[in-house]
Amino acid sequence: MGLVLDKVSRHVGGHAHIENVSLTLERGSLNVLLGPTLSGKTSLMRLMAGLDTPSAGRILVDGVDVTGRHVRERSVAMVYQQFINYPSLSVYENIASPLRVARRPKDEIDRKVREAARLLKLDPYLQRTPQQLSGGQQQRTAIARALVKEAQLVLLDEPLANLDYKLREELREELPKIFAATGAVFVYATTEPAEALLLRGNTATLWEGRLAQFGRTPDVYRRPANLTSARVFSDPPLNTMRVHKRGLQIVLATGEHGPARGVLAELPDDDYTIGFRADHLHLERPHADAVALRGVVAVSEITGSESFVHIDLPRTDGGQFGGGADRWVAVTRGVLEVEPGERIECFIDPRRLFVFGHDGRLAAAPPLVMAA
Amino acid sequence: MLRARIVLTLYILLLMLPIYWLVNMSLKTNTEIVSGLTLWPHNLTFENYRRIFTDPSWYSGYLNSLQYVVLNTVLSIALALPAAYAFSRYRFVGDKHLFFWLLSNRMAPAAVFALPFFNLYSAIGLFDTPLAVALAHCLFNVPLAVWILEGFMSGVPREIDETAYLDGYSFSHFFVKIFTPLVASGIGVTAFFCFMFSWVELLLARTLTSVDAKPIAATMTRTVSASGMDWGLLAAAGVLTILPGALVIWFVRNYIAKGFALGRV
Repeated sequence: MGLVLDKVSRHVGGHAHIENVSLTLERGSLNVLLGPTLSGKTSLMRLMAGLDTPSAGRILVDGVDVTGRHVRERSVAMVYQQFINYPSLSVYENIASPLRVARRPKDEIDRKVREAARLLKLDPYLQRTPQQLSGGQQQRTAIARALVKEAQLVLLDEPLANLDYKLREELREELPKIFAATGAVFVYATTEPAEALLLRGNTATLWEGRLAQFGRTPDVYRRPANLTSARVFSDPPLNTMRVHKRGLQIVLATGEHGPARGVLAELPDDDYTIGFRADHLHLERPHADAVALRGVVAVSEITGSESFVHIDLPRTDGGQFGGGADRWVAVTRGVLEVEPGERIECFIDPRRLFVFGHDGRLAAAPPLVMAA
Repeated sequence: MLRARIVLTLYILLLMLPIYWLVNMSLKTNTEIVSGLTLWPHNLTFENYRRIFTDPSWYSGYLNSLQYVVLNTVLSIALALPAAYAFSRYRFVGDKHLFFWLLSNRMAPAAVFALPFFNLYSAIGLFDTPLAVALAHCLFNVPLAVWILEGFMSGVPREIDETAYLDGYSFSHFFVKIFTPLVASGIGVTAFFCFMFSWVELLLARTLTSVDAKPIAATMTRTVSASGMDWGLLAAAGVLTILPGALVIWFVRNYIAKGFALGRV
């Protein structure tokens, strides 16, 4: 048992913020809501918390319908992306606040507050007010408050987005451990695919208020159920291209054609969209079966340990591909110096492609052993 | 730098001159005031102040004024707090129009309302009570208070409200314990403006009172006609009328700037 969203929708002024989302989140599980900004992560969390009521559908906690119930009567803790604390209270009182309202005995409050403060390294600051703390300490205060409440549902809405790099890494590792012990349903919203993978657990990919896919995080990553889910769970953006399959021949949008190999070999004749992540676009031929394509460098970004090369691949004019260009991203190790406008050859591995049908659903994928 | 300082000093001297002259006059005898120009009191006297503090017809004017001003300030803030919260947190049909309409009340001249208030309060027995003036001044001060407080409240993130509900606070508990301290400076600024507007308002205060609740401003004007020109006494009364405002401004001086920054004052 746990939290169940049953065909939940929320419409505000004619706009669908959340559209027909069904989800089952188990008690003691860690669930990541992954999606770009405006994909509905926060809207969905507010519905889970009971801060907003759904326009349609039901929300059940342990089998009990709580759809219209006020937040106060639910067992929910939430941490916002902005650092939200009570500015007029000390850090100690901030953390103690949910316990005080629940009228717990004084010594229990003191014990729990100190325990949470120790866990989140806030002990030296208990007598300060939130304004006297750094951003990271303020957010840790908010997290400590969510922790002492021992709620059945813990919602973290991009809690680390406004923190500096080092602190993020530290907290990202600690947070799941801290909350796992409480046996709560743990929901974590993020815009970053890498964060979802690091947190493991389950991932729900969201796009424009709809649920694209929900499952174990590695499964969602390696077996995106549809093109939307693959796009959401990809950073840099997913490389895609429309292709035709005609018998044993495959025609790419660039006009190139060749024998249908790899994952494409077994598919019936049709139009498809191929998709793959930046690490599977190679700038050097990986093996003899790789397909070579010619493009033009659009942008090149060098981070030091990695280089990202954005390549435009012009589509053939006329026919069904209709001109224009596909923008792909390749990631290579080390520093690779290329100039925008430079012609470049890139390679795709036909065995490591996701293939999506007309309706966007996954039609073929590389075998799991390979698609690491 | 030096020139700027000189210009500023001259400007402040110019501003302070009438106030200095008032204080100067209040410490002179009438003979000295009318006999010619003296830059400071040659025969220093506190007789004018002594008379105000001992004569009930004088000091009761201050007490009456203070009564309705404090009453009005408390009423205005008590009414405006929930109203401002509603305007800052909820969207409802016509909220913006209602908000503007409230503000437009301030634009109506007091003279328009003097007659209906006089008639109404006479009919229900409120005439010549501090409550009558306090209620009449609410007409101007409640919209002002809502306007100022709404600015301060909108500066408090809505997420704080939600966090409090998530923590289990009831609305009233949250409002008193968490929210009010966050807008305390706003309440201070609002109280100051309500106090000042009510304190200096003359027309309604004089129309709605006769003997028992006569405000100090009315006492001053009536004394002029009754006993000729008692310059020194009037000057002393004037100084004592300025004092409460100066005191209040001293207490809220740090918050006023914040009010200006919010564009609400």
